[in-house]
Amino acid sequence: MTENYDYWRFAQNSAITAISATFFNLIVGIPAAYAMAFNPSKATKDVLMWMLSTKMLPAAAVLYPMIFLAKGLGLYDTHILVITVVSLINLPLAIWMLFTYFKEIPKDIIEAGQMDGVNTWGEIKEILVPLAWGGIVSTALLIFIFCWNEAYWTVRLTTIDAATLSKLIEGNRAPEGLFFGRLSAVSTAAVGPIVVLGWFCQKQLVKGLTFGAVK
Amino acid sequence: MGRIVLDKVTKSFGETQVIPPLNLTIEEGEFAVFVGPSGCGKSTLLRMIAGLEDLTSGELHIDGADMTAVSPSKRGLAMVFQSYALYPHMSVRKNIGFPLRMEGMSKAEIDEKVNAAAKSLNLLNYLDRKPAALSGGQRQRVAIGRAIVRNPKAFLFDEPLSNLDAALRVGMRLEISEMHKRMQNTMIYVTHDQVEAMTMADKIVVLQGGCIEQVGSPLELYKTPKNLFVAGFIGSPKMNFSQGEEASRRGAATIGIRPEHIDVLSEAGIWHGTVGVAEHLGSDTFLHVHDTGLADSITIRAPGDVNFKYGDKISLSPREDVIHKFDAQGQRIE
Repeated sequence: MTENYDYWRFAQNSAITAISATFFNLIVGIPAAYAMAFNPSKATKDVLMWMLSTKMLPAAAVLYPMIFLAKGLGLYDTHILVITVVSLINLPLAIWMLFTYFKEIPKDIIEAGQMDGVNTWGEIKEILVPLAWGGIVSTALLIFIFCWNEAYWTVRLTTIDAATLSKLIEGNRAPEGLFFGRLSAVSTAAVGPIVVLGWFCQKQLVKGLTFGAVK
Repeated sequence: MGRIVLDKVTKSFGETQVIPPLNLTIEEGEFAVFVGPSGCGKSTLLRMIAGLEDLTSGELHIDGADMTAVSPSKRGLAMVFQSYALYPHMSVRKNIGFPLRMEGMSKAEIDEKVNAAAKSLNLLNYLDRKPAALSGGQRQRVAIGRAIVRNPKAFLFDEPLSNLDAALRVGMRLEISEMHKRMQNTMIYVTHDQVEAMTMADKIVVLQGGCIEQVGSPLELYKTPKNLFVAGFIGSPKMNFSQGEEASRRGAATIGIRPEHIDVLSEAGIWHGTVGVAEHLGSDTFLHVHDTGLADSITIRAPGDVNFKYGDKISLSPREDVIHKFDAQGQRIE
């Protein structure tokens, strides 16, 4: 299978896309969720709802503009395009999840940090991240899974260079029908890394997903 | 170090003004207590001094320097929160040393200061524990330790004893008072418990609806309350009020008399009534007396060994020289 399909190249692209997008989601999501959880403004609720509403937009509605834009900018079938798109479509979910976890942290602790001379970056690094570690890990894992499995955009915005495992799976169809044997094999190989990752992170995942459920 | 001046400060949340223009000076080394009922703005005022709430208008000066727009960490103040607000992921040692680490102090210096603070607070045996493994009193000590190590210009306490049980509260109250005598730092303490205010303060600031009702020493407030609110708020059990004939006979709209200023006589008193509930505290007995014609019920602090039962008739005699008189607006008449 690996010989014919160059599985490792597709898997490498999937890994680059998923790791980079997850990293981007945390780098942008943690400060954004922090700001909205601890320094909310009148617009915070609306911003959160607006971000969620972008998830309601049918992807097909922006498919062609996106393809034209990507080709026009010379980014079609590049990592930068795939990572950007996959990051942005998952960012609302990441911010919402992180926001929910951060809201569970008593504001007094953050304020105690402010009194103790911590700047904003220090608050995030010294107080917020250690306290919400379970939530951050489970958010990262979930976003990683979504990015790894993303198919709609990765199939349509790539041909070879930035193509991920989704593209490889999708390639197992021909006018004669589906190649079920290959399809099954490559699907199993694609899901493998996620299962392994989930196995190692299950403790954090369960802790994160039940965070704050019982005081 | 630690003179705090509030100059015409106000605070509004949206359209609602919770602190109307307010002036207050807390002198260097003073133990000032903000006291008042829930929602009176005392915690908001403290948070404004701390820098955790912005001032809507007015100015805040600490030791002559304008601190109105300065961030909390640059004001040189330390705060102890009601919820302790310890960092749960850090040991006691790291919690106490955290502000010093943020200042960029060397590890040796931090260790020295943390050990000194822990020693003074009896925490030496708990330095490597996490806050979750401590009792409420120990957690509060850690919070105080975290404030002490910074050697701040002033300590701010936001109802620090509210989460402790009654016995521990009395002990901690004493420890904080002793700490003040020893360190001579300015302290501002917020509480809704007037007993805490009376026992700890050099200066009590009574607040209601964001306004200062009266500022003075505990005994000033007890002896010469400026208005009905202060008269009713300071003192336990609270002052008895009467508005009828007894008040007008003394040239007032309302008279107030403290429970400890009414003597119980077997006969020939000027007021008469029927004993309701008698609360025996051992040292004192609080008698709730009805049918006196003064108010629905008045409270009397009698000696601990009086033995009145429900329904007994008693005779009462107020000490005329300590009856407080108030006009129709509730202001004190001298």
